[in-house]
Amino acid sequence: MSQQAKTHPLGDAPHTKAKFTIDPRFIAPMLITCVLLAAQLTAGIFENYLNILIAIGAGIVTEIACGLLVDKKVPHLASAYVSGISVGIILQTATGIHWPYAVCAMLSIMSKYVIRVKGRHPWNPSNFGISAVLLLAPQIVTALSIQWGNNLYAMGVIWLLGSMIISRLKRFHICLTYVLSFALFAAIRAAILHDGFLTEFAPITGPPYQLFVFFMITDPKSTVHPRWAQILVAFLVAAAECALRFVHNVTLFGHPAYFDVHAAYYALFLVGPLAVLTEIWLTERKKAAGSTGPKATAPAAS
Amino acid sequence: MSNHLPRIIVSVVFFGSLVGVEIANQKYAARPIGTPVQIADAIKRYGFHLDEIGKAAGIDFVHHAPVLDAKLGPIMPEVASMGAAVSICDFDHDGLPDVYVCDSTIGGQNHLYRNLGDGKFDDVAAQVGLADVNKDGTGVSMGAVWGDYDNDGLDDVLIYKWSGHPLLLHNNGGKSFTDVSAETGIPQGVINVNSATFVDYDCDGHLDLFIAGYFPDNLDLWHLKDTLMMPNSFEYASNGGRKFLLHNDGSGKFADVTQQMGIDSHRWTLAVGAADLRGTGYPDLVLANDYGVTEVYANNQGKSFTEIGKKVGIGYHPKSGMNCSFGDIMNDGRLSIYVSNISAEGQLTQGNNLWVPKPGTSGDSLAFDNMAQSSGVDYGGWSFGGQFGDLNNDGSQDLVLTNGYISGNPKARSYWYDFGKIATGFGPLINDAKNWPAIHDMSLSGYEQKRVWINDGYGTFRDVAQAVGYNDTHDGRSVALGDLWNTGALDMLVANQKGPLLVYRNTPDPTNQWLELELTGTKSNRDAIGAQVTLYWKDSKGLEFKQLQQVQCASGFCAQNDHRLHFGIGKGSTVEKAEIRWPLAGSQVQTVQNLQVGKVNEVKE
Repeated sequence: MSQQAKTHPLGDAPHTKAKFTIDPRFIAPMLITCVLLAAQLTAGIFENYLNILIAIGAGIVTEIACGLLVDKKVPHLASAYVSGISVGIILQTATGIHWPYAVCAMLSIMSKYVIRVKGRHPWNPSNFGISAVLLLAPQIVTALSIQWGNNLYAMGVIWLLGSMIISRLKRFHICLTYVLSFALFAAIRAAILHDGFLTEFAPITGPPYQLFVFFMITDPKSTVHPRWAQILVAFLVAAAECALRFVHNVTLFGHPAYFDVHAAYYALFLVGPLAVLTEIWLTERKKAAGSTGPKATAPAAS
Repeated sequence: MSNHLPRIIVSVVFFGSLVGVEIANQKYAARPIGTPVQIADAIKRYGFHLDEIGKAAGIDFVHHAPVLDAKLGPIMPEVASMGAAVSICDFDHDGLPDVYVCDSTIGGQNHLYRNLGDGKFDDVAAQVGLADVNKDGTGVSMGAVWGDYDNDGLDDVLIYKWSGHPLLLHNNGGKSFTDVSAETGIPQGVINVNSATFVDYDCDGHLDLFIAGYFPDNLDLWHLKDTLMMPNSFEYASNGGRKFLLHNDGSGKFADVTQQMGIDSHRWTLAVGAADLRGTGYPDLVLANDYGVTEVYANNQGKSFTEIGKKVGIGYHPKSGMNCSFGDIMNDGRLSIYVSNISAEGQLTQGNNLWVPKPGTSGDSLAFDNMAQSSGVDYGGWSFGGQFGDLNNDGSQDLVLTNGYISGNPKARSYWYDFGKIATGFGPLINDAKNWPAIHDMSLSGYEQKRVWINDGYGTFRDVAQAVGYNDTHDGRSVALGDLWNTGALDMLVANQKGPLLVYRNTPDPTNQWLELELTGTKSNRDAIGAQVTLYWKDSKGLEFKQLQQVQCASGFCAQNDHRLHFGIGKGSTVEKAEIRWPLAGSQVQTVQNLQVGKVNEVKE
């Protein structure tokens, strides 16, 4: 749910244009801030603001520290902001303790600097951080579930706005593929479990999936580049998620892993890097064969 | 600096953090939850011990859950998950608290355990006409509240039900009860009530009634037309049952004044509490709502009510309210409100709410903060009934909480994953019961450990449940506290869903002192429901203390405590006085001195 940092030297003002345009890197932060404000103003979703402020603060401080230390530059902070806000929304602590928000945001940002393959970070940063914390500390944290309510119209508005903005970023096909794939796999699960299609389809109609569909799986920096490959990866994420939903009662490191409950996050955690690494491998192979591959950079969006 | 050094530093911090998260989880999972200790040790360390003595005392009640329309079969344990309810009453006015407990299956018998005074109880429900109240076609019991609505000196009882109308039964001299529902104006027809209380909202000396619907009105859970009967949201449900405020005109008639008094709620209410929170002399109403926010209705001098939940800071952050109890947790003369919710490791972390009045706010400026986390009473599993009471007689209000939703096959996987599928979906999907995954024999937050939080006197609590003997793992619903044997100890009754009624006898540190007050209204309602008592005492060092308590009808979840007020005052203390504010319009504060320690003090208005 954030982009890999683009960096610029301290005090180096971005190139200005005569015509007013919005830097694509600001679109995701703006969208998620709007969603957050709307949810808070209409539903009062946050019991306190401390956790989200901790997550945003930790993300930004970590980004600045890592940027200066590793790249000798202060990176663009939109990525850290989105990562922090995502962590603050999605992560839920079991006992009101606050440190998981800071640690999760820090892990999200640090992962970009630590895990790089040919200059690319294969994970969506906040997906990495959230998955890691859910996996390692399942008895302390959990993920957003019912807290944002189930209002049909409110969610309809968010789906509409989200779709419009994602379309503008030319990534709507990823969302659409994922939703359709989810529906397909919901039908398959319903046939297997005899629980009814709507029961299996219900999760994607809820707020956690709005965040997942619009912000996590569409992140340009951690998705592959060809359009057909993006569609394939979205399908595979849905397929992996479906498989994980059948994985119950698994323990890891001596504690429950809850692969079924957090299937979407873990699916992207597994499939996303595999896809990126495959693309890198194919690109390198093409380079070695003297042909040109897809550009290593793409406009950052979310 | 080597070119690689910065990345190495970041990597070390990164992997160190990952390891640190795992270690933190291991430590959290291995946190001490307490173990049973010897009785003497428990008394020495915590000031009391609880022993379950139900069967020895002649109480052998086991609750039966309702079996509803077959259309709900796949999720029957979820829907038919309430009904175990217990209330303490003194129906024969002999000075010994008796116990009434509800069954919830068609044909199931409610029990009225008469306290024989020798440590034994005798079920007299059938003799007095309070047993066979769950007949086919009349709905089943969800709870009962006691109050002397006609001021004749004996408590009458209101039994509230699912898919039937509430029953008001008049107490005939402690010998029998007569159904007076229709002639007194109790709502007829099919409603689904899960909480009710007697309250004299206009302080005219006659007990009125507040009755709160849960499932939608006119819904017969045994004969469903379709399966569109679940909440239309998990957090913002607005399709629950209506509420009834019934005014007692003093002649034994109740009139529905709900609309004209400004009460309009269709939330899924599971608990109602009435207390004067704003110092007006009139009781405000607090509604703990499942699938939504808690509502607070401010009483405008008995003339109308205004919903002020958001204004006082309570009406935000919807959860799954299941309990409403009041307690002066910091001995500052102000009542806090405890509302229980749902928490489950790895699944859902609502946390319970402890609404504490903000310093410097009162009256119309009253506002609350949720201090549950900092007080240590937020995490209680799938929480149901809670009650404040001084269990160790040390002078501060402790808190007991029962919990556990559905304990199924312990070898089957948890239902939480399946529950989460539908719970996060669109409201219309949730609304239809047929979209809910079948539960089969799975558990949903079953076999949970209970809580007994002792108060350090400053509003910080510590769980000692396992150590002091509250260590059953039934699916607890309703908790009531009362001095069952007039020994100066608050004993505990717990009604468990599809489980036994448990009786926990309390043995407090005998060196801690206590006193009790039994109030009788003469101009106020005879039960003095709504009366507020502030007790003032000095400890052995001369430090001054005060504590506020109120005579309650409904308290907690589907429960009613001993009518008498119990105060622990610690060791070597001297009682100064009690100030009593009677629930009567225009009444003055009555000061009572010469109260006897170690006794039940009877006070007439």
